[in-house]
Amino acid sequence: MRVKLPFSPWHLLLMPLALLFVLPLVQMVATSFMTSAEINHFPPKLIPTALHLEGYRALLSETPVLTWLGNTVLVSTISVLGHLILCSTAGYGFARLKFAGSGLAFLAVVATVMIPMQLLMIPTYLMFARIGIVDTLAAAFVPWLASAFGIFLMRQFFLSLPGELEEAARLDGAGTWRTFVSVVLPLARPALATLTVFTLLSSWNDLLWPLVAISDDHRFTLQVGLASFQGTRRTEWSQLMAGNVIATVPLILAFLFAQKRFVATMAFTGLKG
Amino acid sequence: MALTFAVSPRAASKARRPGPRGSALRRHLTGWAFAGPATLLVVGLSLFPAGWAFVISQAKWNGIAPATMVGWRNYEQLAQDPDMLAASGHTLLLTVLFVPSSIVLGILLAVALNQRIRLIGFYRTCIFVPYVASAAATGILAGFVFNPQFGAVNEVFRHLGIPAQQFLESPSQALYIVCLIALWGQVGFTTVVYLAALQDIPRELVEAATVDGAGKFRVFRHVTLPELRPVTVFTAVWQTITAMQLFDLIYTTTRGGPLNSTQTIVYYIYELAFQTQRLGYGAAAAYVLFAVTLLLTLVVIWYSRRRGAEVF
Repeated sequence: MRVKLPFSPWHLLLMPLALLFVLPLVQMVATSFMTSAEINHFPPKLIPTALHLEGYRALLSETPVLTWLGNTVLVSTISVLGHLILCSTAGYGFARLKFAGSGLAFLAVVATVMIPMQLLMIPTYLMFARIGIVDTLAAAFVPWLASAFGIFLMRQFFLSLPGELEEAARLDGAGTWRTFVSVVLPLARPALATLTVFTLLSSWNDLLWPLVAISDDHRFTLQVGLASFQGTRRTEWSQLMAGNVIATVPLILAFLFAQKRFVATMAFTGLKG
Repeated sequence: MALTFAVSPRAASKARRPGPRGSALRRHLTGWAFAGPATLLVVGLSLFPAGWAFVISQAKWNGIAPATMVGWRNYEQLAQDPDMLAASGHTLLLTVLFVPSSIVLGILLAVALNQRIRLIGFYRTCIFVPYVASAAATGILAGFVFNPQFGAVNEVFRHLGIPAQQFLESPSQALYIVCLIALWGQVGFTTVVYLAALQDIPRELVEAATVDGAGKFRVFRHVTLPELRPVTVFTAVWQTITAMQLFDLIYTTTRGGPLNSTQTIVYYIYELAFQTQRLGYGAAAAYVLFAVTLLLTLVVIWYSRRRGAEVF
């Protein structure tokens, strides 16, 4: 059933703004398929004459961009898994289990939110250098295995769950771990999805920390690799845009397929975080 | 076999119902088994390094030669360092421009996207999608769009009869362009937050005001805006932190240039610690950033509360 809506003046505001937000991304994709001659053409063109793959080919032959992509996928996957396991167990512990020192421990976790990453990067770099993981992918994902935000998010969620189901499971003789895995976790799917989106966005897009921690160009993440490639090839626009497409399109596709989930994550960060 | 059967239920019940002290210990251990790993990781990777950073900030150290403790001298030197003062100025200007714009634009866009009109799904997708692109990629893309020779913006200017601009290559424009690009990437976030807040406002509230004869604008001014106030405190704090810690975008657009005109505090810290190996001085600058961020956050909270009380 389609309701016919009258033309609204809001279109006059929304249409130009929507285009302003999305056109640069369209131009990014279009430029990645152009030849240098087309890019330098005057007046500039928005649409390539054909799908030229020169930019992608040159990028593939001049940089280990697929290795970078693989590194980013690996770092993000481990970060997401780390968050899902460590933050959900910790969130459950703080929400439901009464144990000595839990108040103090949770306070310490919350207090860390105030400390900016920029303050921590010098000592963390030195610490990682001492245990020998600087310049490895581990340096990129270890700080992302768990976060105060993730613990907080999961704790809030578990606090909002009614306790009756867990009581019933316990009466049936299930231990704490069994109850958690087979009763609580399945109910936590929305919160776990939010946690996944949050961690994926943060770890995939991070630049500063992997830039500091990794200097071997075969261990770069995509963001670091592109930034360093840009530093040497400032004018190779089709290659730069090809790299940009590789770095952003996976998340953009994920966003288009799971827009509700992404939006819920952003809203949660704002309203409850 | 029979013996085992006879014994095992008792053993099991013993394990399940140990003495009161044993059960308490077990409870604590279970709790720590759940909460311990993440807590240790998060606290160990922040409180401990934060303390160490403070010690380093009291030293003159390049990371290789032995460190010499110099007390508060790094901080004293920072107070007179023209580069640090310039970086602080740029960071503050960026924050003052970015935070109110992202809030006003966020509210405006959220109200627009809350209308029941055609294409609203399309509009929402378009406006939210830049938020998922990394700041690094956004910076590289912006370098193309704002390119003085063949960038799209100068092309549009040409059609409008506006002379071509240097944008990121001009010391007087670069910081404003960086702020604009940051807005492009971040407004989706404030918009989503305000949209969610708008949808949380009870309908009866708006309907009651409308029944009382209030026009659309007055309803917005006296019903909707006050309801958004708590969210605004949050977005103001969040965006302040975002602006104060801006790095990725600067790294892939201007690298602090031209003529240091976009050098922010975080960029300066990065250069000090990881380009010129002045770890002690860099750590001191990082502590200054921490203190200023904390102070500014408190000011924003105080100001939003006070102003909120007066205006509404």
